[in-house]
Amino acid sequence: MIHETIGSVGHLLVIISFVTALLATFSYFKATQTADELAAKDWVKLARGIFIIHLIAVIGVASSLFVIIYNHYFEYHYAFSHSSKALPMAFMISCYWEGQEGSFLLWIFWQAILGVILMVKNPKWEAPVMTVFALVQTFLTSMILGVILPYIDLKIGSSPFLLLREAQPDLPVWSLQPNFIPKDGRGLNPLLQNYWMVIHPPTLFLGFALTLVPFAYLIAGLWKNQLTEWIKPALPWALFGAGILGIGIMMGAYWAYETLNFGGYWNWDPVENASFVPWLVLIGAIHTMIAYKHSSAALKTSIILVICTFILVLYSTFLNRSGILGNASVHSFTDLGLSGQLLIYMLTFLFVAIFFAAKRWKQLPVDEKELGIYSREFWIFVGASILGLSAFQLIFTTSIPVYNKIAEAFGIVSNIALPADQVEHYSKIQIWIFLAIAALSAVGQYIWWGKLKESTSFKPLTNSALVATLFTVLFVNLGKVYTVSYILLLWTSLFSVIANFNILIFLIRQRFNLVGGAMAHVGLAVMLIGILFSSGYSKVVSLNRSGFAISNKVEQFTKDDNKENKENLPLWLGQGAQMQDYLVTYKGRMIELRGKPGYYPRKDFEVIEGDFHAVALRNVEKDGQLIAKKGDTLTVEPENTYYELEFKNAEGKSVSLYPRWQVNPKMGTAISPDVKHAWSHDIYTYVSLDPRLAAEAGEEKQWSQTVNSTVSIGDTLFLNDFVAVLQDVSRVNTVEDMTLGPNDAAVKAQFQVLGKNFQQFSLAPLFIIKGGMVAMPAFESEETGIKIKFTAINPKTQQFSFAVNTTQQDLIIIKALEKPYINLVWVGSILVFIGLFVAMFRRLQQPKAA
Amino acid sequence: MKKTHIIGLILIAVAIGIILITTGDASTYVGFDEAERISQNDPNQKVHVVGTLKKDAQGKIVGMHFDPAVDANRLEFIVQDSLGRENQVIYAAPKPQDFERSEKIVLVGSMKPDKIFYCDKILLKCPSKYQEGKISADSSATYEAKKQL
Repeated sequence: MIHETIGSVGHLLVIISFVTALLATFSYFKATQTADELAAKDWVKLARGIFIIHLIAVIGVASSLFVIIYNHYFEYHYAFSHSSKALPMAFMISCYWEGQEGSFLLWIFWQAILGVILMVKNPKWEAPVMTVFALVQTFLTSMILGVILPYIDLKIGSSPFLLLREAQPDLPVWSLQPNFIPKDGRGLNPLLQNYWMVIHPPTLFLGFALTLVPFAYLIAGLWKNQLTEWIKPALPWALFGAGILGIGIMMGAYWAYETLNFGGYWNWDPVENASFVPWLVLIGAIHTMIAYKHSSAALKTSIILVICTFILVLYSTFLNRSGILGNASVHSFTDLGLSGQLLIYMLTFLFVAIFFAAKRWKQLPVDEKELGIYSREFWIFVGASILGLSAFQLIFTTSIPVYNKIAEAFGIVSNIALPADQVEHYSKIQIWIFLAIAALSAVGQYIWWGKLKESTSFKPLTNSALVATLFTVLFVNLGKVYTVSYILLLWTSLFSVIANFNILIFLIRQRFNLVGGAMAHVGLAVMLIGILFSSGYSKVVSLNRSGFAISNKVEQFTKDDNKENKENLPLWLGQGAQMQDYLVTYKGRMIELRGKPGYYPRKDFEVIEGDFHAVALRNVEKDGQLIAKKGDTLTVEPENTYYELEFKNAEGKSVSLYPRWQVNPKMGTAISPDVKHAWSHDIYTYVSLDPRLAAEAGEEKQWSQTVNSTVSIGDTLFLNDFVAVLQDVSRVNTVEDMTLGPNDAAVKAQFQVLGKNFQQFSLAPLFIIKGGMVAMPAFESEETGIKIKFTAINPKTQQFSFAVNTTQQDLIIIKALEKPYINLVWVGSILVFIGLFVAMFRRLQQPKAA
Repeated sequence: MKKTHIIGLILIAVAIGIILITTGDASTYVGFDEAERISQNDPNQKVHVVGTLKKDAQGKIVGMHFDPAVDANRLEFIVQDSLGRENQVIYAAPKPQDFERSEKIVLVGSMKPDKIFYCDKILLKCPSKYQEGKISADSSATYEAKKQL
């Protein structure tokens, strides 16, 4: 049965939320524009009621969609496309952000909540601020409206409540069975079935939503001719937004580090840049917003940067969702036909902002005297400009696919592509920009807290500079940092850490709530040092060159992007290989059991095809505990295969890593690394190829033709490139799964097999006589790819016959990287966020103090 | 002239520098013929070539060599660009996952004087990823329908 009601309710609520947003915009607009105070009050009252209804409707939309997902109503396109019966409860939430409609909904939800908070908290600014809020809500709700305008046949928005037959009317099944309901959904992309992916998108979208608050205050300020007053209420929100957006970005970075195999946490992917650029600009805006009181340049820059932050958020949404980036990015959505709507949305606000700013520009206060070189404002202005420069460089390159489209629109064929090596392109420019930012953050703090004056000139910084030089010399020698730009970045970062740390100590003695800025600056500099070492000195440790002295040739491996080197190492099942300080052994394919910790050998389970259950083929134990009895059915994640890699160091201590291959039905095979953390470095390993899994899992092994040989004890056989020696043939009294009677007999042959790295394997085929019948069960050795049968005994000649088949030995190819001091990146970023929040609380308290 | 104006001018100068560097770093989408011409002028210039894997009449890939047991870091294959030219390609890395399934392939690298295209990076466009699973949705839906009939 098709559950039509819930979809109709949901769709109706979408329409209500759109209409209420539109009405609220109008009412708040009237309230702002009327000169009559009483009438304005009435309009505000009305608008408030409407906006509350809007919030309720938005919550209703989200709930309706959740009902559909939770109850597996696969007649709905959204549930069919993004969910499945196998999905655990926790990940049903993630279904929201796999699809575009759901992620718009999340954004709308956050903004509606923020709107109500502003409405209650700051009634003085309510009317103009909420006009902007309600207008933004109008545009956003229109994205999920899913209404086709009659006569002109124009589709507005894409509704998440479409039935499958409405979303894909061309399927042949509808003509046969109009009420067809799929048995199961296509499921959530397994890559998103990860706890980071439950919290990263909501945090990021809250960050995006928060950028609207300073923008709304700015427009309100320009509109009501309160050209400086808007900054005070906007600043704590800007700090909060920068903290949340930053956390959202770093969560995404950490997810990428753990889950994707590009070898790091940041890939300068267009979508990553698109969220990072608004953050940079917002940080710039925060700095100038602190300095606006004494500088017109800072005020003007604040206005420009706040506008840019919000417009860049819209631009990044446009890049991600218009399909313009196509295959250039891991996250981008496919086009839902919303590009036009998104473009109108962005251009509307760009136009509104430029209109108001241009109107008031002449009225902005003018500086009486020029900024002095020892004034706070001068340094803040320079710092913010350089942040802007960084953002400009990122967005200019990221937009390359857009230039082609624009040229196309004018009938010009343009075929420019993103730089072949994007990481190199961005890094070589950004390193200098961030070098300047680190230096400025130190000088700026000293000036800000009155430590540098005309009378002292720059002398108070001498100590920090000397200490930084000392440490740089030390680290250059210890870490073998021989690249000029890296040495300079190292020095400035150390200088910045030390100088800002001095300020931090000085402030802690005064008042703790002032430390936000110094703390964030220390964090940034620590991050830079972490980035410098973890990326600049990331080293491939899985080099495939036996007997090559890696440590003496570091330069050779880091230059020219390692292209000439053999970075990937083949590992045969059960045979160790030396990798840097570790002996690495591939111990087999593993599987996860839902609700059970750890990993279990895949060969002990038979996964039911097309299902998410598996049957245990034998009793499975872990640490002495019985996990599953033979014949038990267990819930598994069938798309995930883990590889147990044992890393053993010289002292014999071993640790296992479990990198993953995911045969992902939504996007092909996805490869995830596993990371071994140590305080000074991470070892980051992934399986770059599993030829057997790649050639379609479940395919039968291809065995060679049978070769028969007859040998005596002590003789040698060459099997599958191994040397096998028949050591012994002896009678055994017990045989597994068989009871031997008084007249039965079993004989076991014992072969010793020598592996490539001198490992020993054994082959022990049996020859059994039971009840007058001969049995010769095959003995299969996975490690060597040999299947051997004991076929005959000749008592006269003391010779024994064997039948042997061989197959390709089980092999995987791994790549492993060492990331020195990567923990500094995480520690530094946490300091930045704490600093931002401390500063936010300080700015919230200020009105009382003043 | 005020200091802010001087800073403004410096910023504009740096911004222009950035634009020039970006223009220099930007790659282009070309065919093999053009890639060959570019490599003769500047051997270090990397280009993007869009093409398909060469397949025989049965849809099997021809000319592909990859033997992980011998050399896990060398993949050889033949790509046909959009203008129809076929060219030998060498990729110094293991075979990417889903390589055979790819519908379209984007090579980033350069042509060497031996007329072999050496690529540093391969972008694959696989059918399911590209059309957001539309094909698989169709097939699973029809499959379900068949089971019911």
